[in-house]
Amino acid sequence: MKYVIIGNSTAGIGAVEGIRQTDKNGEIIIITNEPHHTYSRPLISYLLLGKVTEETMKYRPDSFYRENNVTLIHAEAVKINTKTKRVVLADSSEVYYNKLLVAAGSSAFVPEFEGLDTVERKQTFINLDDARKLTDALDRAKNVMIVGAGLIGLKCAEGILGKFPCSTEHMRIRVFDLAPKILSSILDDDGAKLVQRHLENKGVEFRLGCSIKKFEGNFAILDSGEKIDFDILVLAVGVLPNTALMENIADIDRGIVINEKSETTVPDIYAAGDCTQTPDVSSGQNKVMALLPNAYMQGECAGINMAGGEKVFDKAIPMNAIGFCGLHIITAGSYTGEVYAENENGNYKRLFYSKNKLNGYILIGNVDKAGIYTNLIRERVPLDTIDFRLICEKPGLMAFRKQDRQSKLGGELK
Amino acid sequence: MKKVYVNEKWCLGCHLCEYYCAFAGTDEKDMARALKNVKINPRINIEEKDGISFAVSCRHCREPLCVKSCITGALTVSDGVITTEKDKCVSCYTCILSCPFGAVSPSDDGAVQKCELCVKTLQGTPACVTGCPNGAIVFEERG
Repeated sequence: MKYVIIGNSTAGIGAVEGIRQTDKNGEIIIITNEPHHTYSRPLISYLLLGKVTEETMKYRPDSFYRENNVTLIHAEAVKINTKTKRVVLADSSEVYYNKLLVAAGSSAFVPEFEGLDTVERKQTFINLDDARKLTDALDRAKNVMIVGAGLIGLKCAEGILGKFPCSTEHMRIRVFDLAPKILSSILDDDGAKLVQRHLENKGVEFRLGCSIKKFEGNFAILDSGEKIDFDILVLAVGVLPNTALMENIADIDRGIVINEKSETTVPDIYAAGDCTQTPDVSSGQNKVMALLPNAYMQGECAGINMAGGEKVFDKAIPMNAIGFCGLHIITAGSYTGEVYAENENGNYKRLFYSKNKLNGYILIGNVDKAGIYTNLIRERVPLDTIDFRLICEKPGLMAFRKQDRQSKLGGELK
Repeated sequence: MKKVYVNEKWCLGCHLCEYYCAFAGTDEKDMARALKNVKINPRINIEEKDGISFAVSCRHCREPLCVKSCITGALTVSDGVITTEKDKCVSCYTCILSCPFGAVSPSDDGAVQKCELCVKTLQGTPACVTGCPNGAIVFEERG
């Protein structure tokens, strides 16, 4: 059996581990367009601030490929020929597969701003090379303009702050977003304000609900006509799934459509991670959920099924654990339904529920035992089987029925 | 494999397991001396309400969501025991987001912590089990 995996990040690595649970001997080839050992993408901001090194940000040990008998090909996959079952590489060579996984990830979305080509120091911030480039740039220049107040833009801001606090001479970090609030994909209005204030106290400046008209060299011209100067421009507007390889081959909506076995609509081709689209069980909607835990689980699921095992992953939900300068945030699910709200000692809690189910939650500050809530969402636990009032106040197993507690704590778990 | 199991029927709510847990891994000989005036941050925690109490610690799940969700590779499974590599952990808390039991928590030294069945310290019966005065926490093989 010959397994080919396009992509050397979380989903691809999950697939290797999934395949090897079932098939110890089959040949595994990973095709990657990056020249690096597998590394954790979310760690690039930690690399920037110096909390990890390129060595410690490796997602798996140096021995990983050898121990799992994986051949790594550093090349760009440009085409998939489903008839001959071959992946065509940029140099026109071909790699045959029995089972193929497309774990091609996502790319930074860069809007077509007028004059962007006149900007000298501009970059995105989604991979290791971006982090290296920004580290270099910061050695020479300190006035940073970040476009995008989402997860990537703000982790980038935090990374820069960790290295050069805003008290550093000439250091300036300004974050611009079209949306009227920060982290609009994961926070409600009040939560966003709280986190914004926290970052402002660290010196980050925000310009929200702000539209950029064009760039002229080291200046951004806003719709209002205002001229903003900067040395470094970071474009962190969002990411788009890398679906090109599957164009005209399989069903693609916003991402490559996969089922609960990580199968695409083409036989023997699987897909996993940021390039895919799956149902969000908290809302029932199909979504691209470009998040590391989902990528791993889809990849592992694909690997097991590719190797002839039986695995289903049908519990993807949006979820994020993220922190900014010591302030922790954990969120999951969908923010619909009735709201349980609590603000205590600077901690912020919102639970969203309807039809006897927890749909989502936001925790800022105290995030203890957040997984108890995540589990309620993911498993669609009927809220009338638990002490919902108690669990709202204090996440814990106490809120479950005695027999459920016993099976959780006294029995063998899967 | 042997794991820690809890029977709430026998739990006295004495919190001794928490103290034994906090003591395990310190180089001290005397628990009272080691923990005097120390705010302990144990890896096993008692939940209690209305006369019911029980201890919660890592279940060492066969399908460990914390390990699969770990963004750095700091959480790994070895011989069924889930452990954390402190130097690799960046305290992103994705494991806290993921654990259905609330059994992973922030530690005092800039990483997360969880029950590791005392494999790094005692290599025998975990300290909470030995220390439980009423047999409410056991270390055994179950089917």
